[in-house]
Amino acid sequence: MKDSLAFEIVVVGAGPAGLAAACTASERARSVAIVDDNPAPGGQIWRGEARTPWIERARSSPVQLLTETQVVASPGEPALLAARGDRPVEIRYEKLILATGARERFLPFPGWTRPNVLGAGGLQALVKGGMPIAGKRVIVAGSGPLLLAVAAYLRRQGAKIAMVAEQASRGAVLKFARTVARSPSKLMQTLGLMRDLAGVPYRTGCWPVEAAQGEVKFRRGGRTWSEPCDYLACGFGLVPNTELAALLGCTSQDGFVAVDSRQQTTQPGVYCAGEPTGIGGAGLAIVEGRIAGYSATGRPDEARRLFAERDRGNRFRIKLQEAFRLRPELAALARPETIVCRCEDVSFGRIAEHRGWQAIKMQTRCGMGPCQARICGPAVDFLLGIPADSVRPPIFPVPAGLLAEDL
Amino acid sequence: MSVRIADVAVVGGGIVGAACADAFSADGLSVELIEAGIVGGGASAAGMGHLTVMDDSEAQFALTSFSLRLWKRLETALPAEVEYSRCGTLWVAADDEEMAEVERKRQFYTLRGVTAETLDARQVAEAEPNLRPGLAGGLLVPGDRVIYAPCAAAWLVKRAIAGGARVRTGVRAVSTDASMGAGMVTLSDGGRVSAKHIVDATGAASPDLVRPRKGHLAITDRYAGFVRHQVVELGYLKSAHGHDIESVAFNVQPRATGQVLIGSSRQYGIGDSRVDAHLLARMLRRAVEYMPRIATLSVVRAWTGFRAATPDSLPLIGPSPRNGQVLLATGHEGLGITTSLGTARLLADWVAGRKPPIPIEPYLPTRFPAEVHRG
Repeated sequence: MKDSLAFEIVVVGAGPAGLAAACTASERARSVAIVDDNPAPGGQIWRGEARTPWIERARSSPVQLLTETQVVASPGEPALLAARGDRPVEIRYEKLILATGARERFLPFPGWTRPNVLGAGGLQALVKGGMPIAGKRVIVAGSGPLLLAVAAYLRRQGAKIAMVAEQASRGAVLKFARTVARSPSKLMQTLGLMRDLAGVPYRTGCWPVEAAQGEVKFRRGGRTWSEPCDYLACGFGLVPNTELAALLGCTSQDGFVAVDSRQQTTQPGVYCAGEPTGIGGAGLAIVEGRIAGYSATGRPDEARRLFAERDRGNRFRIKLQEAFRLRPELAALARPETIVCRCEDVSFGRIAEHRGWQAIKMQTRCGMGPCQARICGPAVDFLLGIPADSVRPPIFPVPAGLLAEDL
Repeated sequence: MSVRIADVAVVGGGIVGAACADAFSADGLSVELIEAGIVGGGASAAGMGHLTVMDDSEAQFALTSFSLRLWKRLETALPAEVEYSRCGTLWVAADDEEMAEVERKRQFYTLRGVTAETLDARQVAEAEPNLRPGLAGGLLVPGDRVIYAPCAAAWLVKRAIAGGARVRTGVRAVSTDASMGAGMVTLSDGGRVSAKHIVDATGAASPDLVRPRKGHLAITDRYAGFVRHQVVELGYLKSAHGHDIESVAFNVQPRATGQVLIGSSRQYGIGDSRVDAHLLARMLRRAVEYMPRIATLSVVRAWTGFRAATPDSLPLIGPSPRNGQVLLATGHEGLGITTSLGTARLLADWVAGRKPPIPIEPYLPTRFPAEVHRG
């Protein structure tokens, strides 16, 4: 028999949105749990930081932290099936708050599958996990403010940051910088990063076109040149983790989970907060998490008092989205032989023969491997405008024995 | 919208419709294939792609063995992505009672020219080292095959197109009418196809005499060599898939990728296509009973599909009792991938007025009284 737990409120994801939602809900709910597959709370953004206020608040609250617990399926009742190690655990809920965060977007270009090319956040996580980076020459490329955060972190760990390459134009980045300048907290963050990155070239309108052993070819303003480096850390913005929402039958819109003003999805009793509803950063995620926490515990007035703050966050989100919109030239980098689906070794040429996601999957196996299209799905969407719109349980691979245990 | 004129309109682009389009096209007839989704994306994609000779009845044996011969004629022509595998089938007997079934089955196959070899407990363990110890034995049918059906369907359609067939995907046939020797298919985009013959190859969506049978499958990550044959428990016939409303049976298959495909389940009267966690768990427990190490394999995906079941477990091939212009090619239940080619051959012969290689009578829809059809 599998373990069975039951809570009034279950929050999936212990990043900013999930922590804020759980802490808020715990003021009123009989029982609240946060489920997260990582060993410690904090999500991708606060990974390894023990002392952020929300983590401390959660630790001193009655919220139960179920770490190293990965939600893999929904057995149909208001319950989740999760994996703790090789053991299944059933987690029942009355209300569910999805705060599943986001992952990096990878774009296929020639050489992107080489071992010296890593995700920007992925490399940061590896270094936090002990990978030696001191003295290594690293180029951080892609798009968005996270590139700066990653570059600053790697530099603090001793990496030589040869360049930060931002695909967005100088005009777009400057316009966004003026937005940040109006927000004191974001300005301080940015100034801090700039201090960490003093002397590092920040090239706008610049992107990688081909990676080889020991060097990467870049393009900027019609010029193409090679830069030597040990690692290329790439991140082309973030993709929301919407798989669990989709499995639960929540409607999505333009790739994000659709929510109403109370952060409720189209499934009654299921709320969603943070990046899955729109990529807006930790500030917006926290407000949304709090609203979801209030809504799920029947406190609409408290929720409503945060709407203005959420509106400000959403204005920032839209500016972020506009500034760092991926340029169409990036969709032209993949060659017919460039691998798009790493799990199943499917090239761009084979994928481009088909017109819909189901046909791509069936006929080429793209998206059928263990990552379940988390990497190639967004890439196919960007390259061909075909969203990877199918989800099958389990949403993460798990041993058959775990799925075989009965309730 | 214009009316397109064809000799044959095939409605449904699963493996059966694809095979029909290919066979009619090879006969020189003009063919319009109409598929609501994508070619090979329905039950064809949801199943295991097991090409197997079956012995539930003489008629089932005749159609499956004839069809398997047709597949074997294609084996050098099939492209790599069809993943044609000569893995054979190993029927596993758990006890003496099932060993008696092995012997009955062996005699049945041998008498009819199909190679089948009885394995004792030791030989079964050698053939499939991951089976649990203590099984009684098994029956190896080396001539059975496995394919990846979505690509097989796409290949058959490509061949039909090369022969002049026209294919419309993403369009539903909303109605079929027939009068004065011609049929008319009205499409969801307003277009129409006028055809001498309309083939209904819509599987579980076919309105005549079929009821949907829901099945579950799960697939693992890559574990090359974990399983070598399509391995099926003999309880499949005896007890596990009896007349219960819901049942599971041990049925695993090695994929060309090294993945292990795990089946199977049967449910009637279910319209919901979502994975049923409890039935999936039961199905996996059955698999683990036979192959304990399956419990350690990583499952990457589970899904369901709907097969078209008939009252006597034989397909419906031939003129519809309600409308002679409509030729049914449905009701293939769990054997549609195997019998697709035989079905297409029988229908093409029927239309051409040729004598078929096997009698079509056992599969004619008119074997059922007309009132059943309307029900």
